[in-house]
Amino acid sequence: MTALLTILVLVCIAIAIWQLVKIFDLAQVGKSNDQIATDKDNAINGYLMMGFLAFIYIITIWSVVELGDLPLLSNAASEHGAQIDNLMVISLAVIFIVQIITQFLLHYFAYKYKGEKGKTALFYADNNTLEFIWTVIPVVVLSGLIIYGLFTWNTIMNVSEDDDPIVVELYAQQFSWKARYGGADNTLGKANVRLIDIDRANILGVDESDPNAQDDVIVSEVHLPVGRPVLFKIRSQDVLHSAYMPHFRAQMNCVPGMVTQFGFTPTITTAEMRQTPDMIDKVAKINKIRAEKSEELIAKGEQPLERYEFDYLILCNKICGKSHYNMQMNIIVETQEEFDAWMKEQKTFKNSLIN
Amino acid sequence: MSAHADTHEAHAEHHHKETFMTKYIFSMDHKMIAKQYLITGTLMGIIGVIMSLMFRIQIAWPEEPNVIFEALLGKWAPGGVMDADIYLALVTIHGTIMVFFVLTAGLSGTFSNLLIPLQIGARDMASGFLNMVSYWLFFISSVIMLISLFVEAGPAAAGWTIYPPLSALPMAQGGSGMGMTLWLISMAIFIASSLLGSLNYIVTVINMRTKGMSMTRLPLTIWAFFVTAIIGVVSFPVLLSAALLLIMDRSFGTSFFLSDIFIQGEVLHYQGGSPVLFEHLFWFLGHPEVYIVILPAMGIVSEIMAANSRKPIFGYRAMIASILAIAFLSTIVWGHHMFVSGMNPFLGSVFTFTTLLIAIPSAVKAFNWITTIWKGNIQMNPAMVFSIGFVSTFITGGLTGIILGDSALDINVHDTYFVIAHFHLVMGISAIYGMFAGIYHWYPKMFGRMMNKNLGYIHFWITAISAYGVFFPMHFIGMAGLPRRYYTNSTFPLFDDLANTNVIITVFALIGGAAQLIYLYNFFTSMFYGKRAVKNPWKSTTLEWTTEVKHIHGNWKGDIPHVYRWPYDYSKPGHDVDFVPQNVPLKEGEEELQH
Ligand code: HEM
Ligand SMILES: [Cu+2]
Ligand SMILES: [Cu+2]
Repeated sequence: MTALLTILVLVCIAIAIWQLVKIFDLAQVGKSNDQIATDKDNAINGYLMMGFLAFIYIITIWSVVELGDLPLLSNAASEHGAQIDNLMVISLAVIFIVQIITQFLLHYFAYKYKGEKGKTALFYADNNTLEFIWTVIPVVVLSGLIIYGLFTWNTIMNVSEDDDPIVVELYAQQFSWKARYGGADNTLGKANVRLIDIDRANILGVDESDPNAQDDVIVSEVHLPVGRPVLFKIRSQDVLHSAYMPHFRAQMNCVPGMVTQFGFTPTITTAEMRQTPDMIDKVAKINKIRAEKSEELIAKGEQPLERYEFDYLILCNKICGKSHYNMQMNIIVETQEEFDAWMKEQKTFKNSLIN
Repeated sequence: MSAHADTHEAHAEHHHKETFMTKYIFSMDHKMIAKQYLITGTLMGIIGVIMSLMFRIQIAWPEEPNVIFEALLGKWAPGGVMDADIYLALVTIHGTIMVFFVLTAGLSGTFSNLLIPLQIGARDMASGFLNMVSYWLFFISSVIMLISLFVEAGPAAAGWTIYPPLSALPMAQGGSGMGMTLWLISMAIFIASSLLGSLNYIVTVINMRTKGMSMTRLPLTIWAFFVTAIIGVVSFPVLLSAALLLIMDRSFGTSFFLSDIFIQGEVLHYQGGSPVLFEHLFWFLGHPEVYIVILPAMGIVSEIMAANSRKPIFGYRAMIASILAIAFLSTIVWGHHMFVSGMNPFLGSVFTFTTLLIAIPSAVKAFNWITTIWKGNIQMNPAMVFSIGFVSTFITGGLTGIILGDSALDINVHDTYFVIAHFHLVMGISAIYGMFAGIYHWYPKMFGRMMNKNLGYIHFWITAISAYGVFFPMHFIGMAGLPRRYYTNSTFPLFDDLANTNVIITVFALIGGAAQLIYLYNFFTSMFYGKRAVKNPWKSTTLEWTTEVKHIHGNWKGDIPHVYRWPYDYSKPGHDVDFVPQNVPLKEGEEELQH
């Protein structure tokens, strides 16, 4: 069905193009045809340049209105996320302003100075003042952005142990995630993939002889207490992956043979996030789309889609093989009490081993 | 210098009886080699674009059967549904072909070969033989890359960046077996080809300029090709070493890039290597590579804008300075691809700084182009509209570099569609526009005939609209967090509201792809049926237009013209015509402008 549609669209386009060529060619009849632009070509293309400028503005406005109010750009769920968003909004504003002005000048000049017989161009080869000005303006603007950016980067990447972060290991493998908590001592036991023992269910290669490892807790869903800094220690057992947590504006690659890290402080619990007006809208929109899709599926005799409910996610964002597109794990942000209650139910490493 | 020219003339005399083989196949003539590069690049481009259309269809209508897939992908699309592995392979080969085969070899190879001797006033390249070898190595590497599409376990599928361990371990991915071996062999040969070509360009520009052609009288095209060749010589060997080390890891059990790996139930022996090292080596080439792609396009566009605005290029010296600044800075920014790779955050700060610095010369160039057309007498030839299009997409794409180059912001958009949008606009589309502009402009020089201008206009306008239609919305789905290299987004309900946008993007891509058929038709039929070209159809000042329309070995029948002025004397007051070719001596009392 789609194939047919695709072919149909292609055929229509081909016909449209053929017609366009004929129109252009007809407009040429009787003219000398040496394939060099005439005044008329200059005029037509000059007008088209202005049209194209309008098109650029329209697609920009359309994108901002239709696609720009994504919750992912405004409601960061981590402390540093707000800073990133702020910097992002400032950078975007600078970019939009420069974009609108320069595109205007470019296309407007192309239209305004379109060639005509008998006109002469201005012989204007150089102007040091002008060039100085447009070297300095970018320097100043970029300096501002660099300083703000580096400041933000440093606060994000400097995770201080003084803040007493809860340490969580993220463990990536083709194509799933695991997480490990340090247990009561908040200290992860040593680990290396060489110690993996599938038969004994030691799937992360945790060192069984390390005293710190005994109370570690291994889970396949991350829970985080709200307001408390978390420090992720990130490992991979096979290829590169990337732990991407867009709602927290967090990302770090998972590198086999190396432990990488990323820290942040979650500020909004999952339950609270679900209640924000933006999120309610978004979820409603998505569920409407899913409902429509489900009807189609049911008509075809297939299973309908499940309703969507919001959850924080960790996605894999570094190409890692066949199922790279489906490597995800939920993150639940909750109150300290809820977190403690959840943690109590988990098995410790020592008890999870099969002897 | 003059003795050299004489031997070449004598040489030219001897070459009247050429066989088909020496004229068209194993030609040592730079003009023929340029055409060979162009045709090969075009064929590779067709394949690369078809691949992108296929995976775009998959993204828009995920996992739906499609007769096109069934026909083209065979066993990789059982029942017409595209397989997830082949999706990644298509993305990988598309990227590889587009960046290296089309926009490095196809663009630089074509125009450096065609224009360097013609514009500096030389009879041929410094070494015609090496030039021929360079082309044939490129040809062989193209063939190997295409053969890799047909191996049993599939072609390389680890992304065009082929990060290990994924690219090193056949058990991690089917494409990392024979497919990746062929990819690496192909690229090693490609690099050899590129190095031979670059050395030849450098030597030719330094040694073989005609009398009077000082470095500050070189057209900006030549400056761009020259500096591009230098960047290539500096950075390609690093990729070659990365490829060789990867081959060692794959086949000889070394551990340069691998350590502590447990896969499919077994621990591998590798210890002590680091994938991050590979990333450094790769991007040490990879970033300069984007300038290898864009600088020749910038040179071409500068030349065409001046000629068609009938005005000197604005700020000739600033343009050269910015080419040099870009070239230098391009070798110290590679780390901006690695902000979240696990490298030391302090390094990230350094790379943020250098990266935002490179925005400055780029901005200067954009402003200078805009000033060049200001108060011009703009001749809207197809080459000119593509050049204006180039400046437009270069600005749109370049501006988002400010976000990606900022380490703090990159955390959240790294490896999302935001990146796809950015680099396609700033490098992919811009460079392709530069290439089209060059083809429309120098077609009369290459084939002695004119391309149809109306087809050229239609080609441009449909392409221009589709390019924005495809890549502009991608910024926004990227900011919404959609990762690249995903076979389908249907496993994330979170992204369901982006599905419509993805359909729109694909429709634009299909329209844009179809528009290229117009171009291909124009390109191939004009060779035989196009209007015959005159000697200097665009009334340009540079030396290539002083040669005869019909190609001869050695380029100029008589002496090589001498050069008396810079290449941008358009609309110079005190002359009757609005262009003064470089080989016209200064008039009595005329000043060579202090540009
Ligand atoms: C017909 C026009 C084109 C379309 C529709 C297109 C589309 C795409 C898309 C959607 C991706 C991302 C796929 C993914 O990450 O899942 C991609 C990747 C890529 N494209 Fe294009 N592209 C086009 C032309 C070009 C051009 C002209 C270049 C030249 C620079 C290029 C270079 C690349 C590269 C380097 C990648 C990355 C491949 C990778 O992820 O390994 N593309 N293309
Ligand atoms: Cu993964
Ligand atoms: Cu780069």
